[in-house]
Amino acid sequence: MSFVQYGDTIKDGDTAIVFLGHESMFPVKVQHGSKTQTKYGVIRHSTDLIGKRYGSKVTCSKGGWVFILHPTPELWTMNLPHRTQILYSTDISLITMMLELKPGSIVCESGTGSGSLSHAIIRTVAPTGHLYTVEFHQQRAEKAKEEFQEHKVEHLVTVKNQDVCKNGFGVSNVADAVFLDIPSPWEAIGHAKSALKIEGGRICSFSPCIEQVQRTCLAMEEHGFTEINTLEILLRVYNVRTISLQIPDLGKAAEDNSSTGFDSSNQSNQGSLFGILQQGTAQFKSGVPLKEMVGHTGYLTFATKSLF
Amino acid sequence: MEESAKPGLRIREGDCVVLKRDEVFKAVLVLRRRKVIFEKQWFYLDNAIGHIYGTTFEVSSGGSLQPKEKMEETTTDTKEAGTDNRNIVDDGKSQKLTHDDIKALKDKGIKGQEIVQQLIENSTTFRGKTEFAQDKYIKKKKKNHLRYDTLAQMLTLGNIRAGNKMIVMETCAGLVLGAIMERMGGYGSIIQMYPGGGPVRAATSCFGFPEFFFNTLYEFPLSKVDSLVSGTFSSETLPSEPEYNVPVEEERNGSLDEKQTLTQETEEESSTEAVVESNETEEQETMDLAAEDTEYKETKEKGNKENIREKQRKQQERRRKLVETAALLEEKNADGLIVASRFHPTPLLLSLLEFVAPSRPFVVYCQYKEPLLECYTKLREKGGVINLKLSETWLRNYQVLPDRSHPKLTMSGGGGYLLSGITVTAEKVQSDASSLEGQKMEEPTSKKRKLQELHC
Repeated sequence: MSFVQYGDTIKDGDTAIVFLGHESMFPVKVQHGSKTQTKYGVIRHSTDLIGKRYGSKVTCSKGGWVFILHPTPELWTMNLPHRTQILYSTDISLITMMLELKPGSIVCESGTGSGSLSHAIIRTVAPTGHLYTVEFHQQRAEKAKEEFQEHKVEHLVTVKNQDVCKNGFGVSNVADAVFLDIPSPWEAIGHAKSALKIEGGRICSFSPCIEQVQRTCLAMEEHGFTEINTLEILLRVYNVRTISLQIPDLGKAAEDNSSTGFDSSNQSNQGSLFGILQQGTAQFKSGVPLKEMVGHTGYLTFATKSLF
Repeated sequence: MEESAKPGLRIREGDCVVLKRDEVFKAVLVLRRRKVIFEKQWFYLDNAIGHIYGTTFEVSSGGSLQPKEKMEETTTDTKEAGTDNRNIVDDGKSQKLTHDDIKALKDKGIKGQEIVQQLIENSTTFRGKTEFAQDKYIKKKKKNHLRYDTLAQMLTLGNIRAGNKMIVMETCAGLVLGAIMERMGGYGSIIQMYPGGGPVRAATSCFGFPEFFFNTLYEFPLSKVDSLVSGTFSSETLPSEPEYNVPVEEERNGSLDEKQTLTQETEEESSTEAVVESNETEEQETMDLAAEDTEYKETKEKGNKENIREKQRKQQERRRKLVETAALLEEKNADGLIVASRFHPTPLLLSLLEFVAPSRPFVVYCQYKEPLLECYTKLREKGGVINLKLSETWLRNYQVLPDRSHPKLTMSGGGGYLLSGITVTAEKVQSDASSLEGQKMEEPTSKKRKLQELHC
């Protein structure tokens, strides 16, 4: 297994995802001799995991069972240990597309944070690209380095512990794309520009507050970036539910020779419309929105550095 | 990667490029002496060859391009914000330049933008109006298509990356296929399932991929899927050659609606469109570089024994490729499935998931929600999938200006819906266990459900 390549069977040293049921899962470091506790009982790595195919069902000691999944950046994003607020796959998807990331891309990122976006970028630029990621906080930088090693992607990423606003990304004119998720991105625009290739590239800045966006857009303009564009993407999830609605009793018209046919056929008409299960209810499938409101994560501002 | 395969700095003949004027984009192929239409203008791209990508050109008389110095962004300098609207009285007199004046200016050789400047100078009203009012216009787009944010989700949810073995079923003229190929960088392999006689890849050629990207691109007819799943596949009955070749042309001409209306909307001010136009025959011919039917036409024209042998050889080659592709599918170890078509998704999912390995993602796009509700239900019944999620994304763009920042356009509802999930080992379980499994996979009921904090 690796985060940039699928493997078939679970091996010692892998990071696997234990899936317990709807939206309930957690990552596990597979190791000979280790045991993992779950609400369904114990999973013994040596007997239950190692050598099994990813996607297998594993029965735990108490009899309940789980699925063991191959890690992906998306699963990692949902299960990683948070050191900071993270970016989720909805924003990550748009960033990846709008920065035109693909195998071979060179990307600069700051701050690394909890490595959510970092893993996604590494996955996209592999096997020939590279991620230069800058993290101001020493412990977080260390933790990120550790994780990249555990996930067998350290050859695709360079972690630098420094302040991007003061010292930049540590590289010049190599990047196809730069991503900023820091409190004062306008202070790093100049460094972003010099990290980008001479012939140009793309930049993205993520900020929760519009005031930050305003200052960043201004800075981008001043540094000669073009096609400056601010977007927001919102995710709406639907629950699939079988809904039963009661059919109201509208009473019966008085028995009448001329309308006997009408009465009896009335009920069956309604039935044929909705597939009545039992007397007086209609059932149908519906996609029910999960939430009333869709949450705000942040504004994404994209721009282009070009020769013109 | 070969040096010549990497996209260069300079425009070359044969490149597929994107023309841009203001907020309108169009993909075209660069060929000498080939007329191109864009924004109601005809011109030749010959003079663009050799220039750096990003150069601005002017269309001069005769339809030739002349490179220009960078155009000043017109948005900010031509307008000076006044105060507000209170003193503006519309009496029809505010335009000081008459038609004769304008004609005279044109005769003098003063070009378009300068005339606009003159008009602004001369219009008392315009100077008086506030900048906010000057800027107001919103183009409303109400088309229901695969929006680029939806496509973005598919590529990420599907974990599309170099080295995968992907199964793709799309009827988006090859746009989805192209996007997947781009994210795979030529590594791994793709099996494109297709309805009818052959896959449509008109949009794919616009990406400008190097040749070797296509070495690991396979295709397989949907009409053979059932036989493959049931183990009765035979290569003897191929979609016959005329059927194979003509639909490629028919699909270009006949399903124009589908392709014309396929848009890749960008986030720019007035919700621009990048339309893969395939109604101009010249462009069709140029886009159709790899299609077999041009050769087929040639052989038809010649019409002698040698070419009948050629036809037979081609048929054998196709049969060989079909068997090879069938074998790839039968391994049942694909790394993912992407479906984005005009067909009902349920039968596609239920059959094509057979070829996907366990613990791999799949994503289905549908313009409408209801078919995905059914698909979801059927997948639950079938088993072998977890983490099913039905979703859509909304996109909002913003005007960001000092003291005047606000959302502009909201794209919601029109982008279609996605159903995504992960495969797991399919097990033949007894009814007890399967109902338990069903329960575990089902979302918590409304009673048990707390307000889960949904990760966006």
